[in-house]
Amino acid sequence: MLEIKNLHVKLEEEDKAILKGLNLTVETGKVHAIMGPNGSGKSTLSYVLSGRDGYEVTEGSAELAGEELLELQPEERAAAGLFLAFQYPVEIPGVGNMTFLRTAVNAKRKANGQPELSAGEFLKLVREKAKALKIDAEMLKRPVNVGFSGGEKKRNEILQMAMLEPKMCILDETDSGLDVDAMKLVAEGVNALRDEGRSFLVITHYQRLLDHIKPDVVHILADGRIIKTGGPELAQEIENNGYADILAEHGISEVMA
Amino acid sequence: MAVLQQKRDAAAARLDALTVATGDFTAAARSDALARVQAQGLPARRDEYWRWTNPAALNAVAPSPAAGSDAGDEFAAFDRIKLVFVDGVFDAAASDDLSQAGIELLSAAGNADIHWAGAIYGTLEKAGQTPVDRPFAALNTATATEGVLIRVTGKAPKPVHLQYIHSSDHSDPILHHIVKLEEGAELTLLESGTPGARFNVVTEVCLSKDAKFNHIRVQGAEQDRQALTHIFTRVAEGAAFKSFTMTMNGVLTRNECVIDIIGDDAVAHVAGAALGDGKTEPFHHDDTVFITHGALRGESRQVFKKVLKNGANGIFQGKILVKEGAQKTDGYQISQSLLLDDDSQFLAKPELEIYADDVVCSHGSTTGSIDQTAMFYLRSRGVPVEDATAMLVLSFMADAVDEIEDEALRDDILSRLEAWLSRHRS
Repeated sequence: MLEIKNLHVKLEEEDKAILKGLNLTVETGKVHAIMGPNGSGKSTLSYVLSGRDGYEVTEGSAELAGEELLELQPEERAAAGLFLAFQYPVEIPGVGNMTFLRTAVNAKRKANGQPELSAGEFLKLVREKAKALKIDAEMLKRPVNVGFSGGEKKRNEILQMAMLEPKMCILDETDSGLDVDAMKLVAEGVNALRDEGRSFLVITHYQRLLDHIKPDVVHILADGRIIKTGGPELAQEIENNGYADILAEHGISEVMA
Repeated sequence: MAVLQQKRDAAAARLDALTVATGDFTAAARSDALARVQAQGLPARRDEYWRWTNPAALNAVAPSPAAGSDAGDEFAAFDRIKLVFVDGVFDAAASDDLSQAGIELLSAAGNADIHWAGAIYGTLEKAGQTPVDRPFAALNTATATEGVLIRVTGKAPKPVHLQYIHSSDHSDPILHHIVKLEEGAELTLLESGTPGARFNVVTEVCLSKDAKFNHIRVQGAEQDRQALTHIFTRVAEGAAFKSFTMTMNGVLTRNECVIDIIGDDAVAHVAGAALGDGKTEPFHHDDTVFITHGALRGESRQVFKKVLKNGANGIFQGKILVKEGAQKTDGYQISQSLLLDDDSQFLAKPELEIYADDVVCSHGSTTGSIDQTAMFYLRSRGVPVEDATAMLVLSFMADAVDEIEDEALRDDILSRLEAWLSRHRS
């Protein structure tokens, strides 16, 4: 599904290399987790894949189902089936959550040559998906993410994911700022979307999210590269011992930029 | 002195082409206003109050021609009492019946003696000449040919809608409306369309104790018309004045609003959303507001948003004056522009002048471009750049549009903003 080869990325403004030859393959229907210490390049990876400005790819490639992602505009990547659940979902005052969702869903359908959903069809769909995430009608009416709690914002991200039905979902530190109950609710939402045709890349600093979203494969990202790959037990190892040992093994100083 | 003489000469030249009506309830006010505008002269570029808006097109004896257009029956979806003015002339045939239960409606033209209106005509305008001269308003009082007189004693049964139709390329109407809300009365006043090629509209709004006035104005989307409007209002104890204006297009628009809070616990909100695209014609929009707090616990809001592109010009001059003794005043003013390119400009002059020591007053003014973080968020959800821009423009406008209390009217305004945005994508 997602194939990243020798990806090198630097910050445009600072001329600072963040990703230094990252290789990663996520198979269709699988959940991969990326763990890593602060400053290892986790968020950069998610932003580069989704097409945010400010990053320069100096080398390498990233393909989504055989299509080169890095040459596409962000909206084209979304249309191609990529979805990024933001670590910090953006508040957009004055734009209703429903309007936003409907615009997004129909833009994607249009890009893929499908007819737009009628107001009635959309409403039915969104109510059904919102209910599963315990998102009430009031939240749908409010402006996008404005006045939402941390948990509500993350649930709203998962609702968007459910509505857009992406092939490849990237979750960027979705657990940050959530208490245990909120995290469980979000994880349930994600698990409900697990499907043999859909892949996930779960980026997280802590193992706790992976208790709820069980990964097939766990990668350790440090100093801009994947330094270790293993099964779910690798996450447990990090939880028990921290990153220090693994980093030392690879000759990486623990304190990153 | 030479400058003042030039200004007076300009006034004399304009007045020569106009008539000061005599013999009706407005006669005394007109001759008083005539003397005032003759003494003030018309504005000059050098006047501080006209520094950013060139008054030349308004001073000219004849207007620059502007093609009329039929905006259709705006607010058609609303149950209202419609009064139609064609090139500034009241069109009784196209209007609803003036005799309505619960509301007194009169055409200002040719009414011999209307006590309540005679006590207001030109009075609020004259009071609004201090501390800043507003010669065009005095000119209006002296020479207005038409207007509507509205008096409400209870809750008005329906909104009153003043619909302006512009058909002649050279029409130059001067309209003077009077609104009086008696104690506890309520009225929504709607205005739409373009009164003429050039127009000067003064509305005096007298709010008695606990009266509630809502004003929603949609200035027609014509390009070449030259617009000058003044609202003068006096807000008594417990009364609420709320006015919202949406402006799209226009080579010259200046909307002045002069609010005098004279009673305790009164509320005055004035808001505006302007969309300007200078691509085919220049766009110049000026909001000038002066709010005087002269009583206890007054609340005032000024919320102005402008979206500017292709060399459009936006101006905001807003002042809050808190008089001595107007304690617990809560005054807030925000003026913001969203510049969609590097060619457009926004000039703002926020002012606070406070003589009471226990007040909360603040102002803010910003000029910015589209928020790139929000833009990326929308695009990452598959929303194309143009649609995302439209959404973020609406987001920017939200605070001003939210000043419209009525949900149906608010939605109506939002849909107009959306339609404009879809017409002005590049």
